[in-house]
Amino acid sequence: MQYLLSGITTGSIYAIVAIGFNIIYNTTGIINFAQGEFLMLGGMISISLCSVMPLPLAIALAVAVTAAVGYCIELLFVRWIHNPTVLRMVVMTIGISILIREIALHVWDEKVRSLPYFTGNEVTSVSILGARISPQILWVLGTCALIVVLLNLFYGRTLLGKAMRACSANRMAASLCGINAGRMVTVSFMLSAAIGALAGCVISPMTQTQYDCGTSLAIKGFTAAIFGGLGSSSGAVIAGLLIGVIEAVSISVLPLAYKDAVTLTLLLLILVVRPSGLFGSREAGALKEF
Amino acid sequence: MKRFVAIGALAAAVIALHLLFAAAGAEYLLVQLTMAAYYALVVIGLCLLMGYAGQISLGHAAFFALGGYTAAVLSTNSFTQLMGAPALERLVHWGLVTAGTDAYGAAAHQVPVWLSLPLAVAAAAAVALVIGIPVLKLKGHYLAMATLGFGTILYRIFLGTRLFGEADGISSVRPCALLPGLTIGGDTALRTQNYYFAWALVLLAMVLSLNIVSSRAGRALRSIHGSEEAAAAMGVNTARYKLYVFILSAVFAAVGGFFMTHFNGGIGPAEAGIMKSVRYVAIVAVGGMANLWGSLLIGVLLNFLSLRGIFGSYDDAVFGALLVFIMALAPDGILRREFLHRIMRVRIRWPFSK
Amino acid sequence: MALLEVNNLCRSFGGLRAVNNVSFRVNTGTIKAVIGPNGAGKTTLFNLIAGALKPDGGSILFNGRSIYGLPPFRVAAAGISRTFQNIKLFGNMTVAENIMVGRHTRSGSGFAASMLSLPRTRREEREIAERAAELARLFGIEDVLDAGAASLDFGRQRAVEFARALASEPQLLLLDEPAAGLNIYETNELAKRIVRIRDMGITILLIEHDMSLVMDISDEIAVLSYGEKIAEGPPCNVRNNPQVIAVYLGGDVAQD
Repeated sequence: MQYLLSGITTGSIYAIVAIGFNIIYNTTGIINFAQGEFLMLGGMISISLCSVMPLPLAIALAVAVTAAVGYCIELLFVRWIHNPTVLRMVVMTIGISILIREIALHVWDEKVRSLPYFTGNEVTSVSILGARISPQILWVLGTCALIVVLLNLFYGRTLLGKAMRACSANRMAASLCGINAGRMVTVSFMLSAAIGALAGCVISPMTQTQYDCGTSLAIKGFTAAIFGGLGSSSGAVIAGLLIGVIEAVSISVLPLAYKDAVTLTLLLLILVVRPSGLFGSREAGALKEF
Repeated sequence: MKRFVAIGALAAAVIALHLLFAAAGAEYLLVQLTMAAYYALVVIGLCLLMGYAGQISLGHAAFFALGGYTAAVLSTNSFTQLMGAPALERLVHWGLVTAGTDAYGAAAHQVPVWLSLPLAVAAAAAVALVIGIPVLKLKGHYLAMATLGFGTILYRIFLGTRLFGEADGISSVRPCALLPGLTIGGDTALRTQNYYFAWALVLLAMVLSLNIVSSRAGRALRSIHGSEEAAAAMGVNTARYKLYVFILSAVFAAVGGFFMTHFNGGIGPAEAGIMKSVRYVAIVAVGGMANLWGSLLIGVLLNFLSLRGIFGSYDDAVFGALLVFIMALAPDGILRREFLHRIMRVRIRWPFSK
Repeated sequence: MALLEVNNLCRSFGGLRAVNNVSFRVNTGTIKAVIGPNGAGKTTLFNLIAGALKPDGGSILFNGRSIYGLPPFRVAAAGISRTFQNIKLFGNMTVAENIMVGRHTRSGSGFAASMLSLPRTRREEREIAERAAELARLFGIEDVLDAGAASLDFGRQRAVEFARALASEPQLLLLDEPAAGLNIYETNELAKRIVRIRDMGITILLIEHDMSLVMDISDEIAVLSYGEKIAEGPPCNVRNNPQVIAVYLGGDVAQD
């Protein structure tokens, strides 16, 4: 039960990272290898701000700043490159992620930091179904659920969301209908950065934040995104939770040091056996040119 | 013919650098140049794979580390405690294990280099084969992530396993006597011969790679990069060629790692890390992708500067920045004529423009 | 004698039957055309023969041997060469190198031999280069041999693709809409070129939209509609087939 809960908690973070990948992938066809860095940035900025202002305000500001960083990345590196090859964008976003990480290292040094617990402290616990859990777990789960619900509403109900979906379905057709496809790309980068930052904040009290924590989150988030079928949000959530649980179970069987190796083996297996993911259709996956 | 001239020029440059440093009393620089040469082996292999065949690998540091750890494990793990066991005596009798001393002067048994080097190569080739068959079917993002994942798995295994020394890595690896009068090791007296040996390996790798590039196999590789569908329609067995070049590049990397470990006297898990892999990719990208000479030049230059500690704590940041700006401004590398022209034009116009 | 024999070939995508029970044969030394309106399944049929797609059922015999379901590189090795509807040159290579890749199946130096640059390899290399130059002369592109393939104009890219396809000395040449994007003069040139290739002894199967081209040069025509073969025969017969007219001009006209 304890494993299951901690698995679900980290899994929900992977799900959020996966959704971040999907948002950008859907509008641009780019896998943003710097996605994990958004979480790190969100955590770090909120930790710094937290000492001078109340927690909610610090988090809100951190999310806004990270969204601005997402905007800058789009503005500086993505907007004016026409017909980029996949290889070029892969290498470039990796470069961006290294840059963000190194800047973070020089701004915040390599110390591990964390936000204070949102309610109570490390030892506070609430009892649910016989298991004693930290209230922070509830915060994480609640935030992730909220993000998923809000995103669904955003894509389903608002004009902007619908325009973004149109762009992901067919960019050319969408721009012919008068949708500013370029602006949708900007929005997707900002949205993806903001969601990442928020996730980075809520998880910080439990897992701590360090300048290089983004990479492994990104890899696992990507595993979840692929597992759930690239581009599918509901798939990402289920796959993220599943991976979290698998990882938690693996710790009880194998040494802790191999935790990442287990997830990555899973990634390789999925990529090889069923690259369209659990829920993506095989035909549609085959049609996409990568 | 042009090939021979270029190779000759490289050999001449290697000798000239030695003489230059010797004359300037800076022979200690040969150490970093030797290490840069071993890293260059990885770069040459990756250039074939990424630049010519168009298959990205974000896990090549793992092959380098694999070669290095094979060298380290086989030369530091003493079989002496098995002494007296008939199995060991038989191994010694066959010459598969030799008696000697470890770094502290105690009696130890090790695997001789003529066996450990082939084992390192075989290990790298075997891993490349097993990983390559499924992974090379993937394209684009998927291939990038899969190779990144594979590299990280090996990194985690090196980091988490007792045999590989966990986070400390393996140190006090002894120099290995390759031939009479040629010993791979970090001793100051061995500096010059190690320098020439490392660069002889680079020359050999360059000759082999240049031969491939300008031949039927090289055209097949490049045609895969151009259009995999059309290449297959012309009769190229694309899966097999991708696998061959993947294995070849893994072997190059493992050989580099093997000798680097004996030269340095140790290896740590950082050699297998993502940052190292990304660094190799950055070098090939800056060198101009399908450009062996460019990649070699940039690789030696950047690794030399980095090993000299020029970039200080901004070491990784420099490579990150290079990646971003090369990909944004000059995706064909900075050694291309068009890019150099563009820079020239900017310089010429600048004083006159308002 | 039939060089290529296709029997009851099928392939569907999801619920769509792109190629449904199609049978036809191509006789040695002839030009056979497959025509049909957009979406009739012509390109799918082509890809099935060339190995780019796996068939669901049926049989494909080439020279009496089955090439059904073989991967593209084996089909090419068997003696079938092809061009693509939207030209697929190796843009990262020169014109000469493009044509030389076409010699792949007619040369044997492997990876190791290439790496060591053996005398045998070097000799073979020279032969490949000479043959490529010869083909370039045949198609009037000998002056751009060292140019990057991507830098050429459309017409010349087509010529390079032809030369590359012929470099393997195929028995059967598959042409996927060779006239697409060409003007009327270029199309006439193309027609002459195709006939010349046939006269060299190479059998040709082509897919085409341009009816006049097909009618002029084909020895036999097969007509596809909605994945099924609705007519087959010499051009004059096909031209007057009411079903074909209906498909091409709409049902009403045929009834008049």
